[in-house]
Amino acid sequence: MSTYNFAYLDEQTKRMIRRAILKAISIPGYQVPFASREMPMPYGWGTGGVQVTAAILGKQDVLKVIDQGADDTTNAVSIRKFFEKTAGVETTTHTAEATVIQTRHRIPEAALSEGQILVFQVPIPEPMRFLEPRETETRRMHALEEYGLMHVKLYEDIARHGHIATTYAYPVKVDGRYVMDPSPTPKFDNPRMDNCPALQLFGAGREKRIYAVPPYTSVKSLDFEDHPFERTRFSRPCALCAAEEVYLDEVVTDDRGGRMFVCSDTDNCENRRAAGHRGELLGETLVKQARDVRNGR
Amino acid sequence: MYVAVKGGEAAIENAHKLMADRRRGDRAVPELNTDQIREQLALSVARVMAEGSLYDRDLAALAIKQARGDLIEAIFLVRAYRTTLPRFGYALPVDTAAMRIDRRISATYKDLPGGQILGPTFDYTHRLLDPSLTNESPTVVPQRKVAPVEATPRVTDILNAEGLIEPNPKDVPGEETGDLTRDPLAFPANRDLRLQALARGDEGFLLALGYSTQRGYGRTHPFAGEIRFGEIDVFLVPEEIGFEVPLGSVEVTECQMVNQFKGSATQPPQFTRGYGLVFGQSERKAMSMALVDRALRAAEFEEEANAPAQDEEFVLSHCDNVQATGFVEHLKLPHYVDFQAELALVRKMRGEHKSSVPQDDFREAAE
Repeated sequence: MSTYNFAYLDEQTKRMIRRAILKAISIPGYQVPFASREMPMPYGWGTGGVQVTAAILGKQDVLKVIDQGADDTTNAVSIRKFFEKTAGVETTTHTAEATVIQTRHRIPEAALSEGQILVFQVPIPEPMRFLEPRETETRRMHALEEYGLMHVKLYEDIARHGHIATTYAYPVKVDGRYVMDPSPTPKFDNPRMDNCPALQLFGAGREKRIYAVPPYTSVKSLDFEDHPFERTRFSRPCALCAAEEVYLDEVVTDDRGGRMFVCSDTDNCENRRAAGHRGELLGETLVKQARDVRNGR
Repeated sequence: MYVAVKGGEAAIENAHKLMADRRRGDRAVPELNTDQIREQLALSVARVMAEGSLYDRDLAALAIKQARGDLIEAIFLVRAYRTTLPRFGYALPVDTAAMRIDRRISATYKDLPGGQILGPTFDYTHRLLDPSLTNESPTVVPQRKVAPVEATPRVTDILNAEGLIEPNPKDVPGEETGDLTRDPLAFPANRDLRLQALARGDEGFLLALGYSTQRGYGRTHPFAGEIRFGEIDVFLVPEEIGFEVPLGSVEVTECQMVNQFKGSATQPPQFTRGYGLVFGQSERKAMSMALVDRALRAAEFEEEANAPAQDEEFVLSHCDNVQATGFVEHLKLPHYVDFQAELALVRKMRGEHKSSVPQDDFREAAE
């Protein structure tokens, strides 16, 4: 029980996972079964992403881990510490510095570049699972490119609500062939997957599936000609850094309905503040306003 | 103000220290040691070894202590350790007829070769709390019959001699037994993989499924042909030397269910089998496993299959408690990004709803 191999997994297991990854890259959007291992964190807490990261990590890599867009949420901290301990790689919170970014539920706001790898943690890899619970059936549907069920679901949404009532894990079609679950990222992030210069890998540990979107691959959110895909929009900027066109978290500030909206991507928010951007609720802004009032301006 | 999501690192560290403190409990009470757990909570140890798929009493006892007695957490600890161990070979099939028997009962024959051996069991105890156990109390040395030296034939072998029960499947030379810890499970799965999944599966889940077959959801008309518990030797043939060497012994519970079968156009009426085999003494688990194994063979016997216990994908996808607890408990992880998306949608839909309903209706509802 003394020491573990670099990045925890033994080399045989890593080779098995890398083979699955290579197959996944060769067939964009196709779910490749792999012999997922038990990991020292629970299933459903990122074991798929952790295995993918462990299999691709080299000593020279710089790792960033985010959960809900943030570097300092508990599970992101836990996974980052795991790799600091077992692989001893350099870690960072800066998107631009990272070579491997493991994420749960978000894609960083900063544009990714060639050579970067984004590793998604996936709970349920099958986009049609809640329409058809049987794996034997959904595999057949993928093989026959039979996605009618999914379109019927989206159509029923429109018939009932007037719009597609799916806000996260919004299904996409990859490279014009496989319908894929983008993991439970908000649909706001879907357009960012399209034609992305970075490699996107998806690991589902409990469900034992790996899939991939190679760099510069078309990723199209499913929609209809008369009901095109709509990206979520926020009616206000980030209260701390004043960023617009970013994904915001709603933070409840009191028990009387007080709310503030702040960047879900903490790195992006910090960078903007460091660059001098000021949101309405950032302390200095309030101080300045108070000073202005006092000075009669 | 923006504090809710900050400070994850320090919080984790402090939480774990607090957990260690709670694990120790009142310092005035002597600390539990793993020898005590191994010896005196042997059935917990057995369950952790069985569902953790690792036969090591000391590690199981350590896991139980570390998990504060939470057996699924202990099973998880053992599994996470097991997965790092190198695989140096596959043991030969164990021969349960050669078991050194501690307990062996049959519900189908009053007496049979090898005899009925009641052995250590809760059966026929009255479930009355025993206050004398609150404190240390001397335990009398039990009387024991000398166990028979010769092999004890299995009840199914006795039935098979008359051709009354389906024979065990023939050993196909060169055919490898599947291993779902090394290859992803695909459906339909064969019986070898099903049995492996059930042997690792959650006792409670299998108990409920087995019970459901008795209540008519996939009825199999079972008889407990035999349940035996004892020690068996495990052998391995290392490639380098080419002959059998003993690795040691393990305690297992085996259950052979004898189930009804009407026969078909091609097969004469014959009893059928349901099989259960579990590390340590766990008759509940072995029996449940045997019931579910038989239920899952519905297609083989061209039986109607519409009950949960007969549904291979349903049973195998949900019987692993480490997977199940992980996914259920992952709901504790932050989901505020997705929740934010849903919040926005609900607000939008409520807005649409309000504007589509005439205001008069609102007034009426208010009145």
